[in-house]
Amino acid sequence: MDSYFSILFTEIYKILFLLLPVLVSVAMIVWLDRRVWAFVQKRRGPNVVGPFGLFQSLADALKYIFKEIIIPASSNKLVFVLAPVVTMTLALISWAVIPFGEDFVLADINVGILYLFAVSSLGVYGIIMGGWASNSKYPFLGAIRSAAQMVSYEVSIGVIIINVLLCVGSLNLSDIVMAQQNLWFVIPLFPMFVIFFISALAETNRPPFDLPEAEAELVAGYQTEYSGMMYAMFWLGEYANILLMCAMGAVLFLGGWLSPIDIFPFNAIPGPFWLIFKILFLFILFALVKATVPRYRYDQLMKLGWKIFLPFSLFYVVLTSSFLLYFDLLPGK
Amino acid sequence: MIAHSVFFYIFSLIAIVSAVMVTVSKNTVHSVFFLILDFISISCLFIMIGAEFLGMIMLIVYVGAVAVLFLFVVMMLNVAEQKGQWFSSRWDGGTHIPVGLLVSLIIFFELIIVIGGWKYKPDLLNSLSINISTEVTNTRSIGNVLYTDYIFLFQISGMILLVAMIGAIVLTYRERAGVKRQSYVKQISRERDEGVDLVEAERNKGVKIDV
Repeated sequence: MDSYFSILFTEIYKILFLLLPVLVSVAMIVWLDRRVWAFVQKRRGPNVVGPFGLFQSLADALKYIFKEIIIPASSNKLVFVLAPVVTMTLALISWAVIPFGEDFVLADINVGILYLFAVSSLGVYGIIMGGWASNSKYPFLGAIRSAAQMVSYEVSIGVIIINVLLCVGSLNLSDIVMAQQNLWFVIPLFPMFVIFFISALAETNRPPFDLPEAEAELVAGYQTEYSGMMYAMFWLGEYANILLMCAMGAVLFLGGWLSPIDIFPFNAIPGPFWLIFKILFLFILFALVKATVPRYRYDQLMKLGWKIFLPFSLFYVVLTSSFLLYFDLLPGK
Repeated sequence: MIAHSVFFYIFSLIAIVSAVMVTVSKNTVHSVFFLILDFISISCLFIMIGAEFLGMIMLIVYVGAVAVLFLFVVMMLNVAEQKGQWFSSRWDGGTHIPVGLLVSLIIFFELIIVIGGWKYKPDLLNSLSINISTEVTNTRSIGNVLYTDYIFLFQISGMILLVAMIGAIVLTYRERAGVKRQSYVKQISRERDEGVDLVEAERNKGVKIDV
């Protein structure tokens, strides 16, 4: 029993050591997003609170904490309160399997990539629950839209993951990174990387696919009835999910914690920093897309997901596997 | 080991309670939420016995896709009822009780057969199942069996699913008249001559445009 408690405490310590930086970086990433967005549109963005406006997110968080939480009278109260909790929890638990370096991962499980995929496919529940429990038209429409959208794009993300797995021969995320020692998968699987990036935009409800919260049509979509800290939790969960998608892209295609070239000045930088650089690179791409691309129409979104991405990524699975088979490169023999 | 059994009882308790709540709860959407909780706790049980691949597939397929569609349909059905009060099921004279009894009896006997076989003929299980080596991950061992010994069954089940999918689409698809669809090819291949028309409008007559 004693050893059991000591294991428990070391695990809790590790979890805190992982989650606190994630939460802080979520706050910082909101600031970065707004700054990049403003930069593209020739505005200043948040620049008042703290140096370069770095503490803007903290100020926002304080504001949210002190605001009143309004629960609509006709809402389904339990589900209404649970929805942001579910979103936030799911956004945070998936960080457990992201490898920040060799043997620098909280849970090095055999089916790491499946775990990530499963948790990201659960993410839709927070949104559906919120939209339904609000018992109001706009949130409900937003929730329905987002359910259909996230389920559709998950399919193509799944097929893209199969492409990567064919080249690795393992579901473990550390193995996926180590398989990219000689060649990052972004080079042979570049079309898949592009499709993954676009699907990740749709999966996290980012512009140009932010139809679940399209303010011109649906007020704020599933978040309409939320206020105060509950809204902030949705918001944090959303950004934690975006960061997670960036981390997933970095691990699957950009070689995770590996340095681009294995020579002195590059491989002296420790692995976690490389992963953070890659996540930031992908996130800035996300922000640039948000700043430049207009919103898609809903039928165009569905058409893109089912009629273009899915057949193309299935075709690429056939292509990858026949290439690997023909040149006898299949792993795990 | 104590911790292991404590977790086992927690998860199985949640699974059983939520399975009961699926049928008991009055709100259909709540039922689906309990069903999801049931799936999740069962996948936790799978992970606890070391079948992490099955657990994750359970999460991805059932919770991530099937239950979302359930929820989708149930929510859409209930929109009208939800307006005033939450949907509540009413006593309809018990016409569905005989069918329910029959189905539950069949399931009960199936369970008895399975559990009886497990209890009284323990060597039966060993003769049927394939040896599981502890060195390979269970993803690999499932793949080894599924794609070699049972490849035809696997392919056939895939074909059946495909046929079912196409059948569902064929049965429900209706070509509706008067639906305007966007055709990218048509839009892009439009020339200036067809797009712009110069019309000489007569005074007090107007112009008739056919769309």
